[in-house]
Amino acid sequence: MTKILELKNVDSFYGNIQALYDINLHIDQGEIITLIGANGAGKSTTLMTVCGVVQARNGQVMYDGEEITKEAPNKIVAQGICQVPEGRLIFPELTVQENLDMGAFMRNDKEGIKRDMEYSFDLFPILAERRKQQGGTLSGGEQQMLAIARALMAKPRLLLLDEPSMGLAPLIVKQIFDIIKKVNAEHNTTIFLVEQNANLALKIAHRGYVMENGRIVLTDTCDKLLADEQVKKAYLGL
Amino acid sequence: MNNQINENSQNQGFISFFLSAGCADSATALKKSCLVALWFVFLTFPIMAVRVNTIENTVTWRLMNMVNVAVAVFFGSYVWRWLLARKEMSSAETSKETLIESLLSKILDDKILKSVSFSLIAIMVVAFPFALDNIYLTNIMISCLIYIVLGLGLNIVVGLAGLLDLGFVAFYAIGAYAYALLNMHFQLGFWTVLPLGALLGAITGLILGFPVLRLRGDYLAIVTLGFGEIIRLVLQNWGTVTMGPSGIANIARPGFFGMDFSLQQNLIYLYYIMVFLVSITIFFVNRLQNSRIGRAWLALKEDEIACQAMGVDKVKTKLLAFSLGATWAGMAGVVFAAKTTFINPDSFTFWESAIILSVVVIGGMGSIRGVIAGSIILILVPEYLRNFAEFRMLLFGAIMVLVMVFRPQGLISAKRKIYHYKVSNTASAGNE
Repeated sequence: MTKILELKNVDSFYGNIQALYDINLHIDQGEIITLIGANGAGKSTTLMTVCGVVQARNGQVMYDGEEITKEAPNKIVAQGICQVPEGRLIFPELTVQENLDMGAFMRNDKEGIKRDMEYSFDLFPILAERRKQQGGTLSGGEQQMLAIARALMAKPRLLLLDEPSMGLAPLIVKQIFDIIKKVNAEHNTTIFLVEQNANLALKIAHRGYVMENGRIVLTDTCDKLLADEQVKKAYLGL
Repeated sequence: MNNQINENSQNQGFISFFLSAGCADSATALKKSCLVALWFVFLTFPIMAVRVNTIENTVTWRLMNMVNVAVAVFFGSYVWRWLLARKEMSSAETSKETLIESLLSKILDDKILKSVSFSLIAIMVVAFPFALDNIYLTNIMISCLIYIVLGLGLNIVVGLAGLLDLGFVAFYAIGAYAYALLNMHFQLGFWTVLPLGALLGAITGLILGFPVLRLRGDYLAIVTLGFGEIIRLVLQNWGTVTMGPSGIANIARPGFFGMDFSLQQNLIYLYYIMVFLVSITIFFVNRLQNSRIGRAWLALKEDEIACQAMGVDKVKTKLLAFSLGATWAGMAGVVFAAKTTFINPDSFTFWESAIILSVVVIGGMGSIRGVIAGSIILILVPEYLRNFAEFRMLLFGAIMVLVMVFRPQGLISAKRKIYHYKVSNTASAGNE
């Protein structure tokens, strides 16, 4: 399998504070991988580094065999990496449909956009009902669905999801995770999932990375991680 | 609280609702009104009651005024509370559209009505200077049109991109001085300088834009305010170039293929130039609003990180907003210099920026019709109220307070174009 994304010895900083130490990870085309860890472990920073909002000081970020370490965020999005930011961050005063339109900002094919919007509405029927409602008036779960649908409108090859389960009811979390799996299966979209909810994340992903204090401490297939004594104790509460 | 008001209004009818609006019962309301009246008497005592004549060294006590204030405020407070309570009820119950807005959208939805009303407006605008044949009125109309252009320019920055710019008058000054100086030194004509002024505006917009890219909200407002003052102070103190506070006089009026105009003809000519400019501006801003870049501005206003995640180039988008907004200000400045034929730094104080911002905010941020309505109200009303000169600013302030309390989204709120996708979904079909 080809590696779609690879981080080589990446260090990232916020000002003078180092947040990531020597991160090495890769994702194969069509895979779902998950990055789990406690609060402040550096999971979101890893995502931010991939999409260029925080730039790596040392090391390389390779996408499709090309280096994107120093590129501007909008150039990276144009190459097919799309992020669903933590805390949803939809546009509260734009309608659902306008939010989805913004997702297709980089695209020019009207027909394709129309088709993908229908696809989004198929995935999330509730959004079709609320099409003309302002994004801010949606419930938390609906906003998360909108954020994911919006990211899918960009037709990403690699979708970065930052804690999609945050603050949502278990039933809705399950629904969202089912859709993540569905998108991965139907469109062969590679998915990089950052999660606190280790149990669920490890169940849908193929491989997992465990992060602690800015370092990756463990990596394996999800089945093995789920069985690992250390992971069980620290993240699964078993 | 709201429910209580609702019940009250249904059970006891209008008068008792009016008497107890916003309070638990009419006794509290009475007490509140008395207190407010007393407080106002205390506040206005020095200006309303005491008149000191420094020449004759006498003090006149006008206690009757105090009684008037007390009575007016007492009843005024009832009306105020009633309006507030009514507003709360109506916003809870029905849609936010006002009568004027629904009328406007009705007219715009109907093709025949639309073309009829548009041609009516066009005829009125074109015939205006001849119908009235009054230099004074034409002159006021020209300044109103200049403010429409300025308002629409600022509307790009504040209304669409959400960047609060308090130094907008700087670009206006740059346009005006560009024409005055180029005309004085190089005898360049109005039509040559008009695009130059626009260009200069755009460039200074970029120059201001770069350092403030990271700033938002209050911080941005302060920096832009400083920028506006810097430009004004430079104009005031760089005497060798700008002639300092004495200003530049005898600026040429716009020419028309070398024809000689009388003063009145020239004003009418200038009026048509402004009408033309306003139409172009409306056309451009309208196109911009519904374009990709317009959507990027709207989104950037709401959330920068999400915007970046969608692939919007934050730097380019923000700079574009600043420079496009400044372009119109530069052009308006050139026209202003040509109209008054004399400019000095006093025409470009912070007060001007504040008025332009009020035009946008009161009219309705992001709405072209709103900005037009706003500048007509804010520029024409004070002019026609010259008879009540002392109360002009008071009225101006009162309009602002009232609009902000009762219609915070502006007189005519923005309506975005909706993109229609045919979605074959039963759930959504019911909604249409």
